Amino acid sequence: MVATFEPKTDYKVVGTRPIRHDGYDKVTGRAVYGADMKLPGLIWGVCVRSPHAHARIKSIDTSAAEAMDGVFAVITGADMPEAPSKLVDLGEGSVNFKWASNKLMADKKVIYKGQPVAAIAAVDRYTAEEAARKVVVKYEKLKSVTNVVDALAADAPIILEDLVGDDLGEDVTNTNMAEHIRHEFGDVEGAMAAAAHTIEREYNMEMVHQGYIEPHNATAVWDEEDRIKIWTSTQGAFPARTQIAGILQVDVSRVKVTPLEIGGGFGGKIPVYFEPIAALLSKKSHRPVKMVMERTAVFETTGPTPGGRMVIKLGADANGKLTAATADIWFEAGANPGALIGPAAMCVYAPYEIPNTRIDGWDVVVNKPKTAPYRAPGSPQVAFAMESAIDELCKEVGWDSMKFRSDNASREGTRRGDGVLFGKIGMEEVLEAAQASAHWKAPLGQPPAGKKRGRGIASGYWFNIGLKSSANLAVVSDGTVSLVEGSTDIGGSRAAMAMHVAEVLGIGAHDVRPTVGDTESVGYTDVTGGSRTTYATGYACWIAANNLVDELKKRVAILWDISLEDVGFNDGVFSSKAEAEKTISFKELAGKLGDLGGPATSTGSVDLESAGDGFGMHIVDVDIDPETGKTDIVRYTAVQDVGTAIHPSYVEGQLQGGAAQGIGWALNEEYFMTDDGAMANSSFLDYRMPTSLDLPSIDTVLVEVPNPLHPYGVRGVGETPICPPIPAIANAIANAVGVRLYKTPMNAGSILEALK
Amino acid sequence: MTTSSPSKVHVTTTINGQQHELLVPPYMSLLDTLRELIGLTGTKEGCLDGNCGACTVNLDGRVVDSCLVLGAEVNGKNVNTVEGMATPAGLHPLQQAFLEEAALQCGICTPGFLVAAKGLLDNEPSPSEGRIRHWLAGNLCRCTGYDKIVRAVQKASK
Amino acid sequence: MHPFAYVAPGTVDEAVAVLTKHGNRARPLAGGTDLLVKARANVWELDAVVDIKNIPELMSLSVNGGGISIGAGVPCYQVYGNSTIAAEYPAIVDGSSIIGGIQIQSRAGLGGNLCNAAPSGDGICPLIVHSAVAHIAGPKGKREVAVEDFCTGPGRTVLQPGELLVSIEVPKAPANSGAAYTRFIPRNEMDIAVAGVGVLVVLDSSGKKFKSARIALASVGPVPIFAKAAGESLAGKPVDDKSIAAAAALARKAASPITDMRGTIEQRRHLVEVLTSRMINKAAERARG
Repeated sequence: MVATFEPKTDYKVVGTRPIRHDGYDKVTGRAVYGADMKLPGLIWGVCVRSPHAHARIKSIDTSAAEAMDGVFAVITGADMPEAPSKLVDLGEGSVNFKWASNKLMADKKVIYKGQPVAAIAAVDRYTAEEAARKVVVKYEKLKSVTNVVDALAADAPIILEDLVGDDLGEDVTNTNMAEHIRHEFGDVEGAMAAAAHTIEREYNMEMVHQGYIEPHNATAVWDEEDRIKIWTSTQGAFPARTQIAGILQVDVSRVKVTPLEIGGGFGGKIPVYFEPIAALLSKKSHRPVKMVMERTAVFETTGPTPGGRMVIKLGADANGKLTAATADIWFEAGANPGALIGPAAMCVYAPYEIPNTRIDGWDVVVNKPKTAPYRAPGSPQVAFAMESAIDELCKEVGWDSMKFRSDNASREGTRRGDGVLFGKIGMEEVLEAAQASAHWKAPLGQPPAGKKRGRGIASGYWFNIGLKSSANLAVVSDGTVSLVEGSTDIGGSRAAMAMHVAEVLGIGAHDVRPTVGDTESVGYTDVTGGSRTTYATGYACWIAANNLVDELKKRVAILWDISLEDVGFNDGVFSSKAEAEKTISFKELAGKLGDLGGPATSTGSVDLESAGDGFGMHIVDVDIDPETGKTDIVRYTAVQDVGTAIHPSYVEGQLQGGAAQGIGWALNEEYFMTDDGAMANSSFLDYRMPTSLDLPSIDTVLVEVPNPLHPYGVRGVGETPICPPIPAIANAIANAVGVRLYKTPMNAGSILEALK
Repeated sequence: MTTSSPSKVHVTTTINGQQHELLVPPYMSLLDTLRELIGLTGTKEGCLDGNCGACTVNLDGRVVDSCLVLGAEVNGKNVNTVEGMATPAGLHPLQQAFLEEAALQCGICTPGFLVAAKGLLDNEPSPSEGRIRHWLAGNLCRCTGYDKIVRAVQKASK
Repeated sequence: MHPFAYVAPGTVDEAVAVLTKHGNRARPLAGGTDLLVKARANVWELDAVVDIKNIPELMSLSVNGGGISIGAGVPCYQVYGNSTIAAEYPAIVDGSSIIGGIQIQSRAGLGGNLCNAAPSGDGICPLIVHSAVAHIAGPKGKREVAVEDFCTGPGRTVLQPGELLVSIEVPKAPANSGAAYTRFIPRNEMDIAVAGVGVLVVLDSSGKKFKSARIALASVGPVPIFAKAAGESLAGKPVDDKSIAAAAALARKAASPITDMRGTIEQRRHLVEVLTSRMINKAAERARG
């Protein structure tokens, strides 16, 4: 569905900052997150995990574990239903049931370290863990590959023997290359040859993790009716249901997923991990089973976003206009295909208008955990390459890199690298706002003695997504409204949904009580991810609210005995078009519905093809100690076109949180792999996410270019802010100490090495 | 636990002002003691190795990671958790400030931050921003970038 | 985690008896910040933990004319919060205030840091440069071991089965002395040293010449390293860039690091040299008051 809307400014609720409805439970400890789930007779499940990254399973002996007191069920890969090789879209990413099933529980071969090979349910967690240690698995170790170059080498061990790769439409077998895609427009070679200035650089990045604080979890009951009830922390109850049913090979209607509060996801809680295993353990033990993942397994077996290799070439004319660009992108998918090279290709050139472009992308399987979406999946990587190359080109030629970005900025009608033409976008407004910001206007200032200071900028982009969402409304007799919507609330979205409804009905944000529904209480809703929730579910709420107004008009027509066409509604008040003095407020009407046809309810649902693109620019000042290589972030500003900010505090929070994750990615975070294919730093201690002491206050500038595709002009805001930080910091480091880094993390050791 | 397990430890402890008498498995963490034996699930598990602070509780006036304390160790001691911060009169000023400043997104780290911040303000009612950031370095938040958390603690300071 | 029993004796003798009975399958529990992590990861399989926090000697922090006595179970916050230590042993404050975050410092102490014997132990180098001595009780009685000789390998110490660290005795700091410890970490807190350096210098009355010095290095060898030659090189030398650089070069030589996820050999050697210079300067500044 596509409708367009004129921007408005005279909102009553939109743009205010009410306290989030779920906040009270969350600051008092009452909110029930996945791990807090309790059921009568609940027992605990744990997994037995592979110590090897690549090995054949010779045998599994579970007898000692099964013999232990307090152990109720033991399962292995043999207990997993045979799932067909079928690709299903999950909104942000997709799933192949056969591989997803094998990823959760290995059958004959393990393909990443930590892969479950058996699972145990026991009376409590400690007993289950003890029993897990008693399972004896014999392996035949195989050579592992953990980067794209090794995985594509002629003598590379083949990870998935049955993988048929797609090389620009041609089938390839005996390969770790799952997919090769290409987008080409214009005369790239000719334009590159004619360019006055060119630059070609290679960039490499290590895999990183979303780093949510709440570990994965699931509680399952497989009941006597063969219905499977799941309680879990998920970014999408409905896509979780799709995956669980597909992996367990049951009809979706047999699975009910109740989403509990979720402690962060950033894309990583779209795939399911424990849900099908807990269900099978419940079936076998005939008891409710809860599983909570240990942190090491969270790092070793869930989440990460691809590292990889990128080669970028840019051509520009003598006037500083980009004329040609090529990008070759190799991303590591992890142990199953799906590195999201498609989104990377969509994003790489998006901030700029370039007439002649080519993109080649390769999705490469390696012996690492299967990657999952992570905040603008694919875009931060290509932003690192593109925005670093732009800065270096400008430096070589002597151009001002801010002006260069402005001169080449995308606008309405610009063609993206994959061929899509932009609608109304705010890239130019973002660049203007960045240049008008206090940070950009401030002089760099002097660093402390012994340190060197530099400033960097970079743009970032995410296309945002629409997809399916649903909402239900019911009027309560005291003049409030209950709202049930399908998007799990990962960062304040209940408030934004309620505000959509309140704005339409002319009531306060707290007159709407939002609830996140389970899969049997509201219509299908896609994941909370892709920066779609406020846009698409908000849109569904807006439709439901308008439908509710239509329903209430009928009741007013009965009340006043006038025709429906004569009932007007404005700002929470119904009126008679015939008699101007005749009015009744929404609140008054709510109390009279008993005599006017009974309860008033409505629904809204959407399936949105496009969403309205999001552009941002970040400015960062760094201090570097040249003797140690240590970088301190001393000032940071995130500028972004957010369309219309429904709840500005949570929009600012998205910009700040995205920037913080990008800063961690830029400086310290990585999967540090051993030669054996193990992640050496699988703890919060050694993974080194930023603490409160590692970040300055992150200033935000909200640019509001309303999105014509949404009734209030909303654009997704969550993804874009993780894209600029990595190149902005690379550019700031180059500015501070004169060395250019081409690999992340840009940690102290690599800066020291570059300074030699 | 199984029949061969070491015997449970008799623990008398005061949790959020209420006395509890418990039989705790000797290897059970204070975190699990609170969550599994008493049902206080406001204290969260994030890493089980003292590197995220989600399980922060106050033990006899000091903030600690409850995943690195045994339940058996709190015999005769005072434990305070996030559930003990609000009173019938209302939220603790820190809780109110966290709501007003939008200092939480997913909220999983929030109980740990609140208990840690209270441990600071109980002894230092007017800390500087630098002091707040230093004190809270043992609590990881992945959603907010800390800015709004620090502002909320400043707002609740005197 | 293997299920273990919990024992909380009230005297050193009782603790030693329990530890002796269980041999390697029992460990003293002080702050628990290393023990419970290792037990949970099955690095240690224990039948019993011996909570030493009810033993008065192990929990006392006392100052006497001759120096200070830090009970093995005294947590870091009490160490760096002690006014005498703050005034006279700033390197010990430097080290004890960076072990973990506030939550860890509420429980973890220098005794546990020493017994954990991590090459990166931030509490150990300050004790070495202050010539601290570990007081040990065991089935065969009491003995004393200099802190620089206490660690014998990563996670290994001189403690024999049944033996218990009772206290760390730190002698009075010499007149005109100053000490400092720092480490290099990628983050600003909550991190493990890539390299760490502790320095104690004694200046002559003019404050322009070194009388003696002790230097210790963390995270650049299998144990915290007492870089004796580097410290001794300063004796009699003027407090200037040349003698400091020479000592730093010797400290670099004393380092025998490995390459791992936290840093490379070359990076660590370089950091030792940089940090040694910085800490000599800082210690000298502190010595001059």
